[in-house]
Amino acid sequence: MFDWKWEFAWEILPRLVSATGNTLLAAGAGYAIALVLGLALAIAQRTPYRGLTFVVREFVEFIRSTPLLLQIFFIFYVGPQFGIRLSPWMSGMIAIGLHYSCYLSEVYRGGIDSVPKGQWEAAIALNMTTVQKYRRVIIPQAIPSALSGMGNYLVGIFKDTPMLSVIGVAELIHTANAIGSEHYRFLEPFTMVGIIFLAISLPAAGLIRLAEGRVRRKLGLK
Amino acid sequence: MLDMSGFPIELSGDNTPMVSFRKVRKSYGALTVLDDLDLDINAGEMVSIIGPSGSGKTTVLRMLMTLEQINSGVIYVDGKPLTHMPKGGKLVPASERHLRSRRVDIGMCFQHFNLFPHMTALENCMEGPVQVLGLPKAEARDRSEELLELVGMIAKKDQHPSRLSGGQQQRVAIARALAMRPKVMLFDEVTSALDPEVIGEVTNVIRGLVSEHNLTMLMVTHQMGFARDISDRVCFFYGGKIEEQGHPSELFGNPQRERTQQFLSAVREAV
Repeated sequence: MFDWKWEFAWEILPRLVSATGNTLLAAGAGYAIALVLGLALAIAQRTPYRGLTFVVREFVEFIRSTPLLLQIFFIFYVGPQFGIRLSPWMSGMIAIGLHYSCYLSEVYRGGIDSVPKGQWEAAIALNMTTVQKYRRVIIPQAIPSALSGMGNYLVGIFKDTPMLSVIGVAELIHTANAIGSEHYRFLEPFTMVGIIFLAISLPAAGLIRLAEGRVRRKLGLK
Repeated sequence: MLDMSGFPIELSGDNTPMVSFRKVRKSYGALTVLDDLDLDINAGEMVSIIGPSGSGKTTVLRMLMTLEQINSGVIYVDGKPLTHMPKGGKLVPASERHLRSRRVDIGMCFQHFNLFPHMTALENCMEGPVQVLGLPKAEARDRSEELLELVGMIAKKDQHPSRLSGGQQQRVAIARALAMRPKVMLFDEVTSALDPEVIGEVTNVIRGLVSEHNLTMLMVTHQMGFARDISDRVCFFYGGKIEEQGHPSELFGNPQRERTQQFLSAVREAV
């Protein structure tokens, strides 16, 4: 790379590192929302209330069939017309959390469906409440088979955080772009962003696989 | 709405059966699995249900455990309606709340054990007492260890089900059901999924329960010899009804109905 300037790279590194923090924060917060909301959406689709399951299923389909970018714009720019004024950060995390909760709900649903019918029946025979059935019997067995899907979406959410740059969240791409505009040099910032993404995604995928094995062993389900 | 006038709000009197099916009907679409079944089981009685597959034997247990809903009729347990609840002097279909209050009387063991794979044998037994009955952990542990001792599984109490043989899993499942202190125990083909050499360890546990505990038991089985040995009464099911019932010596020794005779001779030939 004949035009690569190490000096410039070192100079901008601190700004990129701090932007990495923002990216991780956005991905983490979005994922936390998605984990909880996704489970709620998955369980809502299994309730005996027809109206509820219909609405939830259509909602999940709707979110999954429209682009994340549109959802981000919608919450940030259209929200205020309905009196919902949120900061870019808030809008971004809600959009990304909502979007991925729909994908995760499908992963959970697959995991829940993989639990044999006999487990539900044993839970009834022990006279468990619905909450106890899920919390004590079904979810602990659904999670191991859902783990790889959950891990994929963790990496996915991380790689989708750059979309938040369009509403001004100072994550990696947004920062790299700002640096580039200030100095008229884009090679170093964008290359470094690429390396940072790679350096986080690759080990994360490995760690997820490790965690999967550990959870399975811990639950005695090898 | 079905006419519920023929069904009392409660059964009372000296001879109130522990379990009473009154005109219970269950069908899946056009297929009738239980055809206006009437069946009474007295407290402390051990009743075996035999019959060809598809005769509705397992359905009887599943209805009693409230795993599925009946289409009509009423099931009473200990004199009180199970499938229905009183409301305004009439019986109406039971709410989940009512079912939970009545299910405490019933325990069930399944053909495929259905132990919780993510819990050890001991944890499986403690789960119901701690979570559902709200017992303190120490008390639940004592009770569970006592029962694991009873079924001869105390040495394996810290093993997960995946490390246990079928016979061992079924014995843990029996302990798990007993830990809830039910009045009625249901055994649904509990030896059918077992290798022949371990069937004895499970049947011996059930034998012990019959002789030492005053439990009401209802057992669906394909093991005619076992049913004959331990039952107070055997019911032969055919087409969703009781075709013939009686003391095992009568039913096996001198069956009256042609279908019973055919079934029993077919079973004997198969052995």
